[in-house]
Amino acid sequence: MAEVKLDHVRKVYDGTVVAVEDFHLTIKDGEFVVLVGPSGCGKSTTLRMVAGLEEISDGTISIGDRVVNDVLPKDRDIAMVFQNYALYPHMTVYKNMAFGLMLRKLPRDQIHTRVEQTAAMLGIEHLLKRRPKALSGGQRQRVALGRAIVREPKVFLFDEPLSNLDAKLRVTTRTEIKNLHQRLKTTTIYVTHDQEEAMTLGDRIVVMSEGKVQQVDTPLNIYRRPANRFVAAFLGSPPMNFIQGKLEESEGGLHFMDGQYIDLTLPGEMASRVASHKGKAVTLGFRPTAMSETAEGKFAGPGNSLTLQTSVVEPLGERIDVSCTSSTGGHLVARIEARDDFPVGDRVTFHLDMSHVHLFADGEFGPNLVHPSA
Amino acid sequence: MGNANTSPGRREGPLLIAGRIALFVVALVVGLSFFVPFMWQVLMSISEVADVDLLTKTVTPPEANWENYPRVFNHEQIEFGRYFFNSFFVAGWVTIIQVITCSMAAYAFSRLQWPGRDKVFLGYLGTLMVPGVVLMVPTYAIVRYMGMFNDYTGLIIPVSFTAYGTFLLRQFMLTIPTSLDEAASIDGAGHWRIYSQIILPLARPGIIVMAIFAFLFNYNAFFWPLIIVKDENLRTLPIGLLAFNTSYGQETPLIMAASLMAMIPPVIIFLVLQKYLVKGIQLGAVKG
Repeated sequence: MAEVKLDHVRKVYDGTVVAVEDFHLTIKDGEFVVLVGPSGCGKSTTLRMVAGLEEISDGTISIGDRVVNDVLPKDRDIAMVFQNYALYPHMTVYKNMAFGLMLRKLPRDQIHTRVEQTAAMLGIEHLLKRRPKALSGGQRQRVALGRAIVREPKVFLFDEPLSNLDAKLRVTTRTEIKNLHQRLKTTTIYVTHDQEEAMTLGDRIVVMSEGKVQQVDTPLNIYRRPANRFVAAFLGSPPMNFIQGKLEESEGGLHFMDGQYIDLTLPGEMASRVASHKGKAVTLGFRPTAMSETAEGKFAGPGNSLTLQTSVVEPLGERIDVSCTSSTGGHLVARIEARDDFPVGDRVTFHLDMSHVHLFADGEFGPNLVHPSA
Repeated sequence: MGNANTSPGRREGPLLIAGRIALFVVALVVGLSFFVPFMWQVLMSISEVADVDLLTKTVTPPEANWENYPRVFNHEQIEFGRYFFNSFFVAGWVTIIQVITCSMAAYAFSRLQWPGRDKVFLGYLGTLMVPGVVLMVPTYAIVRYMGMFNDYTGLIIPVSFTAYGTFLLRQFMLTIPTSLDEAASIDGAGHWRIYSQIILPLARPGIIVMAIFAFLFNYNAFFWPLIIVKDENLRTLPIGLLAFNTSYGQETPLIMAASLMAMIPPVIIFLVLQKYLVKGIQLGAVKG
């Protein structure tokens, strides 16, 4: 087990294409860090640099106390699980798992015990004599996990390991990976494009876009206090609602107005934080769960209601997702308590929990004005 | 897919039947054009020397003379068995060396990343465009200079490196996912181990195809062995067959018997491994 340190790491392809820009992060010993972002954001490249499969253009990467920039993958003491599993098709499951140990010249009986133990831990003892071709996707995934675990490396690297599994298996394997991490306590870097996977697995999440780190924090902190509009839009399902508008002062308070019908009064503390943006264009953001039909409790007014045109209702059980259109044509979703006779196609007034509302400066990466990052 | 107008037990129109007959006739003519010379060869191989004109007289030979086959081997002047051995020995070694050299080159051209790799490969591939005859004289000069003239090494070494085999294996290796190399390198394997324990076993179908091509080509090779070998003991089959046209006269039935026997190994190879051969032809066809 070891700490992994990425010190201002940069990756440039062909001298011009910047894949990763100034990645700076210390992953603590035993920590589970998830790199998440849309495809092409540089998350896999970062992982591959840690693995030693890509050269580093600038900066240093250390595993434990050792700078590994020029260390071959095999000497980094890491194990990686690939998206396509990368099992050796011509070897049995046993040999797949034992291959790395054989190359490290471990005694035969020791290899045997370790493979058997790991296989038992993953419930694949009965598959040891089979070839990968004769396994299902889920079984292959386990073998790939086993091949990584059996080596007892300092660091586990996962490159979208669940994306080839069906939805149900993905959820169970996810839980299993989390369980394994809690047992083994090995430092883990996990790459995914699935925000739900990131939220459920990570001790900390690194949200990336266009080669840059957008935010690093615990899942709940990122969810509650997204650093910018991109992060806010990327994490959470259904995604956060956004309305473009302006901050205007009237009746002695600061208001958010979309120029049509929406006029929300910002609560005192929030208003003082964003006061410097008075008169400027901003984006209002709020989670679908921060909406309610009734103005009770935290949804009590005044100045927190907006009227929307409802179009589709999707029942989820306890709650329903209501798709709505704002006066300026924006698409919004409200997740509210379920009821059978919800009016579809009507104009409905919703009340916002103003303590969970965010304001972002203009632009896709506009910073969060309510919770500015340090 | 159902079609409303299709009645059960669909009848074929007269045009379709005529087309089928025409196709059958064409196939028959083409088939016969391949079969007749072969049949002639078989008949000739069991004839007396005097009956060379046999096909024009009768379809069945008057009397099968199987003696020609043992005679090929028991000829006083001609060591047919030796030619057989030479052909196998030379083609076998060339195949083994080609598999090694071509697979290594293919590994370098498909799995390793180095500047200018694909350009170098194109240049290497470009040598396929140069007619073999053009290279014959310089190769001959080099072989003589290196003292390999009239020797097994001269028959084997110069033809043991081919751009074609490299190309074939490279195309095959490109289809193996790179994540396997990466997984192996993380597992602790160096290039030699990745080549020998991961890529080679996975490229086996491609290597079999390449080996078949190499063996057949060199088994049948005529021109290079003809100019590089003087010694009778080093003659390969295609050259050896010529020996039956001796100063003692042309022994056509013996040539036919000998060449029929020379055909047996390639035919067996083809029958046993034809599924790989078809795959190999496709492999070349879908070049990237």
